[in-house]
Amino acid sequence: MNKFPSYKPYGEQAILIEWQQCIDDQILEDMLRFKERIQKESTQFIVDFIVGYHSLTLQYKEPILNYKEEVEILQSIYKKDFTAIQNPRFLWEVPVCYDLQFGIDLEEMAQKSKLSIDEIKIRHSAKIYTVFFIGFLPGFLYLGGLDSDLYFDRKPTPRLKVPKGAVAIGGKQTGVYPCASPGGWNLLGKTPIHFFDVTQQQPCFATAGDQIKFIPISLDEFYQLEKEVAENKYSIPKTLVHD
Amino acid sequence: MIKVLKAGFYSSVQDKGRVGFAAIGVPVSGAMDAYSSDLANRILNNLETDAVLEIAFGFCAFEFLSDTTICISGGSFSPKINGVPVALQTRIHVYKNEVLTFGHNVFGARCYLAVKNGFLTTPILKSRSFFQNITQQTLLCKGDVLPVGTFTNNTDSSNTSVKVVKDHFESQRIACSKGPEFDALSASQKKVFAKQFFTISNDNSRMGYRLNEVIENALPSILTSAVLPGTVQLTPSGKLIVLMRDCQVTGGYPRVLQLTNTAINQLAQKKTNDTFQFVLKE
Repeated sequence: MNKFPSYKPYGEQAILIEWQQCIDDQILEDMLRFKERIQKESTQFIVDFIVGYHSLTLQYKEPILNYKEEVEILQSIYKKDFTAIQNPRFLWEVPVCYDLQFGIDLEEMAQKSKLSIDEIKIRHSAKIYTVFFIGFLPGFLYLGGLDSDLYFDRKPTPRLKVPKGAVAIGGKQTGVYPCASPGGWNLLGKTPIHFFDVTQQQPCFATAGDQIKFIPISLDEFYQLEKEVAENKYSIPKTLVHD
Repeated sequence: MIKVLKAGFYSSVQDKGRVGFAAIGVPVSGAMDAYSSDLANRILNNLETDAVLEIAFGFCAFEFLSDTTICISGGSFSPKINGVPVALQTRIHVYKNEVLTFGHNVFGARCYLAVKNGFLTTPILKSRSFFQNITQQTLLCKGDVLPVGTFTNNTDSSNTSVKVVKDHFESQRIACSKGPEFDALSASQKKVFAKQFFTISNDNSRMGYRLNEVIENALPSILTSAVLPGTVQLTPSGKLIVLMRDCQVTGGYPRVLQLTNTAINQLAQKKTNDTFQFVLKE
């Protein structure tokens, strides 16, 4: 792995920091630790951080006057050893109902692959996924770690409305629609929990670096949990991850 | 309070936007033409962060339910108070029950209505900017009653107004710098960017402007990475999208150019079928 990331100016007031072009848990760790270090050292002029699969973009409050000098500062922060500081990471257990009523593409997916519908459900819920970042829509988690037998191309024509909570696969990625939205991913289930809720202190429970496991539930359990969520009585099971 | 009598096509409350929430995927939003909205607030001695109304494409009417001072800036949609034309970029004292109307378009695409001490709709994630699934409302509706800041001192109306150079609305030169993937473009693609005029398609909104022209393109998609307002993306079909204030925080199309802050404000005042060229600063 190329140890040091590279820097590029991105418009008047942002700097793009890029790692090797691949989706890799180690790169994610390196990015997040760098982000934490920058936040500790020099947040004064940096107003936001955008994490991608292999990139970290720093947005500045004002146009950057001396780009070269700013990059040198960042490079020196990168080299510092801050192994001691690390934000806590959680493994979240997200209930998903894979009933055909929600998994409206499951039959087609089974036809297109060598797997049965049951096998698709089992494999999808067997993995522990890593949250790489949140983008596309508020609360839309980009998850890494999908079983390669579950890669399904996006639908040729996107649906005009994918329902909120839909659990889906698009190409090599899996994710959950945090709100109703047009979308071209294949739908295999639905979760009753909110992935984005502005009425909560933390609108999105997960952050980059967290892990997600999908827990299969029955249709009855789905409606029960949906009710508990609506009454604000449900909290998503989580465990602290040590590494 | 200000009552919406006619909401127009796309009127929304906007301020400086939601900065600092990219980690949960929340777009920045904020006034499309920040230059004009800032100017209106400054003329009223408001805070830079005070919320204004952004009115796209005119045809709306508002009734003032109390006395206050306002300022209108940006594009011109023939603003009138009780039928009498009023000037842009000036302080206007308005009285209870007076009606402000916006009609047909003279120039620009968006205008701003600032009111003394700002619009006071509920801030969510540190901003009042309307955005789907974040604020309760996405657009103004007929009958809405908008709370505004308390009008304290009677700042005199003024006959003088601040002139905005016509270039802000008419310039066809949109300044930009190289985007992160600019260097992946071929020499002939770069030439097209340097010379060609581009046309705004009818698919243009606060999220982004799609352009009509097709550029020969074989660039692969990129690993999903940050995008910003003002980022110009080159799609697999060879068409360009200029992202605007409500754009997503990440995207997968190559980012070939990045507009300057001034250029974003200028583009915000352009509409369907307007043409412009990109001017690359070194």
